[in-house]
Amino acid sequence: MTTVDDRPAAPPAPRRRVNPVLALLRNSWRQLTSMRTALILLFLLAVAAIPGSVLPQRGVSPEKVNQYFVDHPDLAPRLDQLGMFEVFGSVWFSAIYLLLFTSLVGCILPRARDHVRALRLQPPAAPKRLERLPQHTVLAAPAAADPEAIAAVLRRRRWRVVVRGNEVSAEKGYLKETGNLLFHVSLVAVLLGVAVGSWYGWHGNRLLVAGEDNAFCNTRQQYAEATLGPRVDSADLPPFCLKLDKFDAKYLPSGQAAHYWATVTVDQPDGATRTAGFSVNSPLRLGSANVYLLGNGYAPILKYTDRYGRTQTSTVPFLRTGDANATEEGVAAFPDANVDPKTGQRAPDQQVAFDGLYLPTAPESAPFVASQFPEERNPAVVLAAYRGNLGLDAGIPGSVYQLDQRQIDNGKLKQIGNKKLGVGEKWTLDDGSTLEFVGTKPYITIAVRYAPGQMLMLGACVTLLAGLMGSLFARRRRVWFRISPPEGGSPTHGSSLVEAGGLPRTEHPGFADEFAQLVAAVSDDGRSDGRAREGVE
Amino acid sequence: MSALSDQLVTYAILAYLVAMISHAVEYALGNARAVSVKTAAPARELVGAGAGVGGAGGPVEAPAAPASTAPATPAGNRPSRSAARAALAGRIAGWVTALAVVLHLGAVVTRGVAADRMPWGNMYEFVLTVTFIGAAAWLAVLWKQPSLRRLGLFLTLVMVLLLAFAELKLYVQVTPLMPALQSYWFIIHVSTIIFASGIFLLGVVPAAAYLMRAGWEQGRRSFPYTLARRLPAAAGLERLTFALHAFAFPIFTFAVIAGAIWAEAAWGRAWGWDPKETWAFISWVVYAGYLHARATPSVKRNVATWISILGFLTMLMNLFGVNFFFTGLHSYAGVS
Ligand code: HEM
Repeated sequence: MTTVDDRPAAPPAPRRRVNPVLALLRNSWRQLTSMRTALILLFLLAVAAIPGSVLPQRGVSPEKVNQYFVDHPDLAPRLDQLGMFEVFGSVWFSAIYLLLFTSLVGCILPRARDHVRALRLQPPAAPKRLERLPQHTVLAAPAAADPEAIAAVLRRRRWRVVVRGNEVSAEKGYLKETGNLLFHVSLVAVLLGVAVGSWYGWHGNRLLVAGEDNAFCNTRQQYAEATLGPRVDSADLPPFCLKLDKFDAKYLPSGQAAHYWATVTVDQPDGATRTAGFSVNSPLRLGSANVYLLGNGYAPILKYTDRYGRTQTSTVPFLRTGDANATEEGVAAFPDANVDPKTGQRAPDQQVAFDGLYLPTAPESAPFVASQFPEERNPAVVLAAYRGNLGLDAGIPGSVYQLDQRQIDNGKLKQIGNKKLGVGEKWTLDDGSTLEFVGTKPYITIAVRYAPGQMLMLGACVTLLAGLMGSLFARRRRVWFRISPPEGGSPTHGSSLVEAGGLPRTEHPGFADEFAQLVAAVSDDGRSDGRAREGVE
Repeated sequence: MSALSDQLVTYAILAYLVAMISHAVEYALGNARAVSVKTAAPARELVGAGAGVGGAGGPVEAPAAPASTAPATPAGNRPSRSAARAALAGRIAGWVTALAVVLHLGAVVTRGVAADRMPWGNMYEFVLTVTFIGAAAWLAVLWKQPSLRRLGLFLTLVMVLLLAFAELKLYVQVTPLMPALQSYWFIIHVSTIIFASGIFLLGVVPAAAYLMRAGWEQGRRSFPYTLARRLPAAAGLERLTFALHAFAFPIFTFAVIAGAIWAEAAWGRAWGWDPKETWAFISWVVYAGYLHARATPSVKRNVATWISILGFLTMLMNLFGVNFFFTGLHSYAGVS
C-alpha cells in the first residue's frame, strides 16, 4: 500500500510532494482498515441480510418467488432488479462482504507482523517507579530473593521471563493476540471454503420411484433441477447409478413419522455394485457425492386398457398435499390411448387422463378426500377421468403433476366421471375402456450434492472457535520484580528487599488476585500456592 | 408428568413474582449510596511489609473497609435500620429466586420426562428452558458478585413476563419429535443455542440497567433514568454485560456451527439461508459488532451496549418473528 515506485523519479524530489492519488489511496486504505469501518460494514452486512429472510429467495423456495410475482405483479419485477430474490448472491451483498473481508485482510496483515515482532521481543525493562503501577507491593523476607529463583517461579507458571541484572520482567497472555489473529484468519478461510464450494460444487434434486425401471444415473438430464458451479461441466459429474430397492417408514399411532429408511443399490463409477441404506439424518456418502433423503411418498400403478384393448401401465408418483396423513394428489396421463390399431393414427381428442387423490388409508365411507393415516392400511385412489386433448403438443411445458386447466376451460378436455378404486379394483368407463388400480410403489425425493470446501470450512470453524476463546479469555499482562540490596534500617531488617509491580494490558478484573498469588508464590518460592486464595470471595 | 410440569411452571412464576416483590421492597427501602459499591469484584488491598505479617503469609490481603457502605449511615439509626431491612428483603429475594429456579428446573425436567426426550421440541419448551438457563446463570452471578443483587428486580420481572407469555401464548401439549430432529447434532445444536440464548437473555438485564444507570450518573433525572437511582454502579454493570456476552458468544458460535453440521447431514447443505439461518447469521454479526464496538476506544460504551441489546432483539426476532411470520425448514419450533 505504500509507494513502490519512488526510485525511478531520479531528481531528489522533496519528500513532501506526495502523489495526491497515492495519498488518497493510502488514506482510503487506512479508512477501510480501521475498526470503525469494520464495525460499520458488519452492521451493513446484518442489515443487508434482512430482506433475504423477509422475501422469498430463489435458492430456498423458487415456487414462493413465483407466487410473489403473481401476488405483486408491480412490485416484484422492481425488487427482482435489485436482486431482492437472490439477496445472498446479489451485487450489493457481495460488495459488502468483499469490502469487509478486504478490510479484514488489511487489518490482519499489519497486526500479524506486529504480533510476530512482539513474540520475538523480550518483556520490556521495568519502569522506574514500580509503585505507580496498578499493582504494587513490597515483599518482606522472600524465600526467593535472587532474580533467577524468581524467574524460575514465573517460568513454572508459564510466564515469558527475562532477567536483567537485579530485575525480572515477565509477560503473559500473548495468546490473546494469537487467538484474535487466528480467529480472523479463520474467517477468511471459511469464506474461501464457501468460494471453493460454489465454484466446484454441484447439486441436483429428483424423485426416485422404487424398482429396476426407475433407476437413475447421475447425469444432468436426469435431474428435475440441477445447479452446477461455474467451474463444473456436465461431463464432470461422477458416473454412478441408483436404484431404490425398498423404503421403510414407521409411524407413531398419532401418524407422526418415527423412522425412515431407504435401501438402494448403487452402481459405482468403478463398476462395483453395492447395497446401501440412508435416512433423513444420515445421508448416503458416495465419496464423489452425497445423497440426501428429502421426502417420500407413493406412486400408484394404474393400468389403462383402451377401447381397442391395448393396455398401458403407468406408475406415477403422486405428490403429498401436505397434510399429516400423506394424502397425495397427482395425474396419470395416457396421451397415446385410443390409437386406432388399423390406422395407427393418434387421435388427439381421444387422449385420456386421470386426476385425483391417492389415500394410503382411505376412510371406510365417503367423503374420500383425505387419508387417515400415512401408512398404507387401506390404499385407494379417488380419480376423475378426462378424455379429450391433453394439450401436450401445444409446446407449452406442462406440469406432469397437473392437467392443463386451459384445455378443460375451453372444453377440449372433458371430465367423464369419477370413482374411488381400492387395490385390484377395476373401473369401466363409458366407452368400455377400463382402469385398474394395481397397487403402489414407494418413491423418495433426493438431493444429490457435491460440496468441496466443506472440510476446509469445518477445519476453519475449529480454529475459529479456538482463536475466539483465546481472544476473549486470554489476558495480556506484565509483572516486574526488582531486588534491592539490603539497607540498614529498612523494614526488612537486613535481608534484601523485593519490590513487585504488575500491569494488566487488557481488561482483567482478576488481575489483583493473580498478582497476589504470584507474589505469594515468589515470596515462599511457590510452596503455598493455594493459600493466598483464601478470602477471595 | 406433563401436568406436574405445568403446575411447576405456575409455581415458578409465583416464586419469581414473590422474589420480584421482595426485590422491590429492598429497592424502596434501600439507600442509594449503600449499594454504589465501587466495583463488582470485592475490593482488596495488598498490605505489604508494613503490615508486619511476616513469614509465609508475606503480603496479606485485607478486605478493604466496605468504604462505600460506611458513608451511607451518617447519623442516627433510622437510615441504617431501613438499610438493614432492605438488605434482609434483598436476601429473601435472592433465596426465593433460588427456590423459583429449582421449581423451574423441575418443570423443565418433568416436561422432558413426559415427552421422553430433551425438553426443547417446540417454542414453549424452548422459552421454558432458555429462561431457566438465564435464571440459573443469574444465581451464579449473584453468588460471585453479591453487590449486584439489586439487578434481581429486573431479572425476576423478565422471568415473570416471559414465563407468563409462554404459558398463555405458546403452550402446546407434549409431542414426540419428527425424524428430522432425531439426531445427536440436534441435541448439541439446540442445547448450545438454548444455553447461549439464556446467557444472552441474562446479559440484557445488566445492559439495560447500565444504560439507565449511566444516564443517572451523568445527571439525568428523567423517567427511565430515575429507575436506576439505586442500582449498582454503571461500570460494574457494563463489565458484567460484557462478561456475559463474551461468555455466550463462543457458545453461540459453536451452536451455529453445530447447526450447519446438522443441516449438512439432514438437508444436504450446511448453509442455505433459510430464514432461521439468516437470522442466526444476523445475530452473530450483531454480537460480533458488539464485541468490536466494545474493543474500539472511539466507540462509546453506551453505543456498544445498545448494540448488545440490538443483538438480543435479533435473537427474539429469530425465535418469535421467524416462527410466526416465515416458513422455513426449521418447522419444529412451531406453535401449532
Ligand atoms: C468479517 C468480519 C469480522 C468479524 C465477524 C469479526 C469478529 C470479531 C470478534 C467476534 C471479535 C471479538 C474477539 C475479541 O474481543 O478479542 C473481534 C475482535 C477484533 N477484531 Fe474483528 N471481526 C471482523 C473483522 C475485523 C476487521 C475488518 C478488523 C480490522 C479493522 C478487525 C479487528 C479486530 C480487532 C483489533 C479485535 C480485537 C479487539 C480486542 O482488542 O479485543 N476485525 N472481531
